[in-house]
Amino acid sequence: MAAITLVEAVTLALAHELRQDKRVVVFGQDVGVNGGVFRATDGLQAEFGTDRVLDTPLAENMIAGIAIGMAAQGLRPVAEFQFMGFIYPGFDQVLNHAARLRNRTRGRLSCPIVYRAPYGGGIHAPEHHSESTEALFAHIPGLRVVVPSSPARAYGLLLAAIRDPDPVVFLEPKRIYRAARQEVPDDGEALPLDHCFRLREGSDITLVAWGAALKETLAAAEALASEGVEAEVIDPATLKPLDIHTIIDSLEKTRRCVVIHEAARFGGLGAEIIAQVNEYAFDLLDAPVCRVTGYDTVMPYYRLENHYLPDVDRILAGVRRTLEYPA
Amino acid sequence: MHKPRLHLIASFDIAHLQYLDEEGRATQALPDFATPDTLLALYRQMALARLVDDRAVKLQRTGQLGTYPSSLGQEAIGVGTGSALRQDDIYCPYYRETGALLERGVTIAEILAIWGGDERGQDFAHAREDFPLCVPIATQLLHAAGVAFALAYQQREMGAKPRVAVSSAGDGATSKGDFYEAINLAGVWKLPVVFVINNNQWAISVSRRAQTAACTIAQKAVAAGINCLQVDGNDVIAVRAAVADAIERARKGAGPMLIEAVSYRLSDHTTADDASRYCPAEELEQARAREPLQRLRRYLEHAGLWDDGREEELQRELAEILERELREYRQREPDAPTAMFDHLYAGLPEALLEQCAEVGTARPAGDET
Repeated sequence: MAAITLVEAVTLALAHELRQDKRVVVFGQDVGVNGGVFRATDGLQAEFGTDRVLDTPLAENMIAGIAIGMAAQGLRPVAEFQFMGFIYPGFDQVLNHAARLRNRTRGRLSCPIVYRAPYGGGIHAPEHHSESTEALFAHIPGLRVVVPSSPARAYGLLLAAIRDPDPVVFLEPKRIYRAARQEVPDDGEALPLDHCFRLREGSDITLVAWGAALKETLAAAEALASEGVEAEVIDPATLKPLDIHTIIDSLEKTRRCVVIHEAARFGGLGAEIIAQVNEYAFDLLDAPVCRVTGYDTVMPYYRLENHYLPDVDRILAGVRRTLEYPA
Repeated sequence: MHKPRLHLIASFDIAHLQYLDEEGRATQALPDFATPDTLLALYRQMALARLVDDRAVKLQRTGQLGTYPSSLGQEAIGVGTGSALRQDDIYCPYYRETGALLERGVTIAEILAIWGGDERGQDFAHAREDFPLCVPIATQLLHAAGVAFALAYQQREMGAKPRVAVSSAGDGATSKGDFYEAINLAGVWKLPVVFVINNNQWAISVSRRAQTAACTIAQKAVAAGINCLQVDGNDVIAVRAAVADAIERARKGAGPMLIEAVSYRLSDHTTADDASRYCPAEELEQARAREPLQRLRRYLEHAGLWDDGREEELQRELAEILERELREYRQREPDAPTAMFDHLYAGLPEALLEQCAEVGTARPAGDET
């Protein structure tokens, strides 16, 4: 078994589902002949044909909208938006229809759709190619928002997303598309949605992060370990609906918490996590929960993007503030 | 200055279809389906649609129904379109659709439930695969394209029989990207889908002239490379003929079609609107003279198929149907408050259990019942 990257794990999962479920179709801009601008669909059209792996005209709203018709008719569409920054023309369809068709028809029609999009910063891309706006989608009732952070989780969570009976916005952290390799058996085993993953055990502080930010978060945890501080690292993976219980269980042990995300701070999912921690576990806390996030600025052009994205030092500073409270 | 020589590389014509003129006289031999039975059935359904719309507006005015969009004057488009589909074809309606919904087997009680604030109306007991009424403008046209892809896919990959998707929208909808994106994709992918545009001359208060500089809406299909036709939308025979023909061609693999049905909105946009603020009274009067029910009735009378006695009998029968459906609408208890959680996802996520329990026990402020 060869070790594969996160983007190769996406391809592996798509191929697996295309092979085992005739209802699965994959489409988007450049996903066919070209195999996607990040090669996430590389080779799929050659293997499964132009009937099942399709290049669409260039219109994101159309991509979002046709998936709804396909899904309501029993297909399992997997639609790719080329970059998260270009989803917004399709936001109307995702928000007003994909997320609501089941509810609107009292379960008569439903939308088992996966909307895939590469997201996040750190690859020196042009404007609009680097934002993290997962909170916009997580706010919408009826949607699931899933972010993988390793090749194995990309494979298992994408399988789960495709098999899920409801729409899933599947955001792929492109900064770590090829950052690491991992052996991923193509065994068709899905990972659970709506469920946090504990990536590292620790008893001194809980670090919650997802997607590419986990790279720096895990590095910060290693640095802390060398100082004798054991951090527990939790990857929610499914950001909506959120498994707050795993985070609170961790707080029973650590009583201190830092939430790390690339997205802007105001109204980001860190705010939601902290609000729920306050509601359900205020008495557990020895310190206010700290946020280490992107700033409430426009995502800068790439020369400044590393100042925007949370790095190990900023995470460590947040951890120290939290550990030292109320100093 | 030298004027360069240009070569004509493309041009287009837009055809218009009409069978009955404003006086109800046949302008050409009627299509084969136009038997007395069929024409009487079309007339009956248009009359029922008008009755439902009329009562729905009155129910709204007396606080028994929410905002309602009447299709007054456009009954031929709804009934003509709806009657052209086979039952297992799929309809993706917009929201001004009384006639088409009745043709699809959606009940009056269901229609009233939708506008009476109850999602259960969208859970059509018949037409289980049809899309629900769609409020955001033009978005349903893309759903129909997706449905059409799925139908063609099921035929190709799974040996299913050929079926067609049909979707409707107003003239204002053709200004939106969804419309252009849908007809464009349908053309590129040669999808079995028919788009019917109810050109009733108004998008709330914005007139057809203020909506587009194109001299017809049908011609927008030319840019997408798909077939098109303009029909007299007050002539139910023309609407039915055009849509049925487009559907059968799509079923045989000939691809999509755009049909512009020209009519006039004789009512306010909805009960929340007051068209007297912008709709010229003279124009409205002229439009009334072209309306579809009296046109078909005149034809039927000339053909010896209709008279005042039969009209009275029909109105009595339809009124009984309406009263029965009204009783059903009124008698239906509101859904349990927790119903808002019932179909949010296939199964309620654990994260929502607490909120569901909260709504189950809390009484909303001001609710004294």
